[in-house]
Amino acid sequence: MSRAVLEVRDLRVSYAHPLGVVRAVDGVSFSLAPNERFGLAGESGSGKSTMALAILRMIHPPGHIDGGRVFLDGVELSALDREAMRRLRLAGIALVPQGSMNSLNPVMRIGQQIADALADHGEALSRPVLDARIADLLPTVGLRPDVASMYPHELSGGMKQRACIAIAICLRPRVIIADEPTSALDVVVQRQVMATLARVQRDLGAAVILVGHDMGLMAQFVDRLGIMYAGRLVEVAPIGAIVTAPRHPYTRALVASLPSLEHRGRLQGIPGLAPLLRDLPRGCAFHPRCPIAGERCRQETPALRSLGTDGTVACHAAEATP
Amino acid sequence: MTELLRAEHAGRTYGKLTALRDVSVAIDQERPSILAVVGESGSGKTTLARMLLGLVAPTTGRVLYHGDDLHRLGSEARMAFRRDVQAIFQDPYEVYNPFYRVDHVLTTPVRKFRLARTKAEARGLIETALRAVGLRPEEILGRFPHQLSGGQRQRIMVARAVLLRPKLIVADEPVSMVDASLRATILETLRTLHEDLGISIVYITHDLATAYQISDAILVMYRAAVVEAGAIAPIVERPAHPYTKLLIASIPRVSTERSWMSEATTTLSGLAATGGCSFIDRCPVAMAGCADAVPPLYRTDADRAVACYRHQASPELVAADLGDVLAGCHRPAKRV
Repeated sequence: MSRAVLEVRDLRVSYAHPLGVVRAVDGVSFSLAPNERFGLAGESGSGKSTMALAILRMIHPPGHIDGGRVFLDGVELSALDREAMRRLRLAGIALVPQGSMNSLNPVMRIGQQIADALADHGEALSRPVLDARIADLLPTVGLRPDVASMYPHELSGGMKQRACIAIAICLRPRVIIADEPTSALDVVVQRQVMATLARVQRDLGAAVILVGHDMGLMAQFVDRLGIMYAGRLVEVAPIGAIVTAPRHPYTRALVASLPSLEHRGRLQGIPGLAPLLRDLPRGCAFHPRCPIAGERCRQETPALRSLGTDGTVACHAAEATP
Repeated sequence: MTELLRAEHAGRTYGKLTALRDVSVAIDQERPSILAVVGESGSGKTTLARMLLGLVAPTTGRVLYHGDDLHRLGSEARMAFRRDVQAIFQDPYEVYNPFYRVDHVLTTPVRKFRLARTKAEARGLIETALRAVGLRPEEILGRFPHQLSGGQRQRIMVARAVLLRPKLIVADEPVSMVDASLRATILETLRTLHEDLGISIVYITHDLATAYQISDAILVMYRAAVVEAGAIAPIVERPAHPYTKLLIASIPRVSTERSWMSEATTTLSGLAATGGCSFIDRCPVAMAGCADAVPPLYRTDADRAVACYRHQASPELVAADLGDVLAGCHRPAKRV
């Protein structure tokens, strides 16, 4: 693998809560190769969105980054001052947040919103140059150049989401973090938007982190997938391995819970509920829901370890699985 | 066949906007079934659901309950309707009053419909209903909505519907706001209720994959009209309408075969959608005649109807009534 474009080491985020400390991200490490599409999947409350914000140092009180280091092209982000970090957002790492299509300013034309992003990052361009740049940018996300003069309410959901992607890529970032970018869209439009994201990613040579819970989307989009459970990565593996031979019992349950269009039969949910982050069970956080949990799982938290393949898994019983 | 509920050429307009156009479908009382209504936002599926629930009056056609116009029922028949037909809505957060304990949504119907004579009897009924949806009463009763998860809250709504032993539950996107892992559990609960208690279910969703798993029959809707309807398995396995084909191809599969994005093309036929088929602007197989008039439903099989001129060799569906097409689409009593 070539040198990592993004490296996250032992990232920890907690939220202060009247009933105790909530460890939303608890020692997560991973790295992204240039051009790589990496997925982060898990249930709501597993810490995947918090992690996306923590990479950009956008955690606000009562949240707090307790530790860990993030490197972008070898530059340590935690060492940057506020202004340097602000400039790096969008220019270095761009975020397409959840529900971002509703974050567009309703009384501002799309072109102006892109111009604002450029101006805010010190791109002092003359009006004609700016207009030309925006007119070039919009078609790359599948929008007509005249969308620049339109307001958000004149656009469909899919078009708004494309406009958000256009803003995210306007400074040609090295990493794009997309947090459930299509969760509010219909499946037909979702496919078009994801194809657009894949294309701009290839053209920019950027790496993408896709955050979400749709295993079908992950299977079709990412190269490698990290599965999060209760603030930790419990499995990281190439997507093919996750689909064909998931090693962690939670990953297997996630894959099995997706309804198939090939076979009709019983739908399989994951029994039990996701644990409360401020009151995690001792040992492996998944053990109360795990079909193969043993005594060791109730005592000792499993660390992420390699299994002799190109994936890693945090499960004491991973060898015992097919 | 005894009809519980029938939409008869039901349509709804809001000013110039047509939300639903001419749907005729019946829910049988004797042979319970699960009918999925699938379509994208704005396809009219929620309008149809609200019409079956009596929450929206049709501007054309009628909705009949036991043969009588739903909007002209006497108070007694109206009360019977309110008991026979129950609703489950999308958002398990908004249906609760945050100041009341969740018990409130369960005790109210017991009181209103005089289901129990004593408090102990009421408590017994409520506990049975909660257990029927896989909840433990001691973990639920006495709590406030914010103390429960979205999945638990949605299952309480299912329990509330079950309490009244309805003949039909209209569930409008019941799992789109709960986690993928919980979706399966809630949908299995609905299917169990259908199988064990003989409750019919109209399952409104944008998710064709879950519809395929639990339903017997399907209505595929596009821009206010039914484009394909019938038994669900043959439709998912061999879709006939170009929109149904597009819908199925758009679902990302958990598979190592990754052709999903490479096939994402927006085919533009260049024909404008004015007065003709509403799918014409996206249709890869549109013909000249498609722009002239809205295609009627053609009965391509005993258990399928398709609104597409590509199937005009088949006979037109008599009175556009889907009841006959769907009549054979309930599954044998117990599935393996």
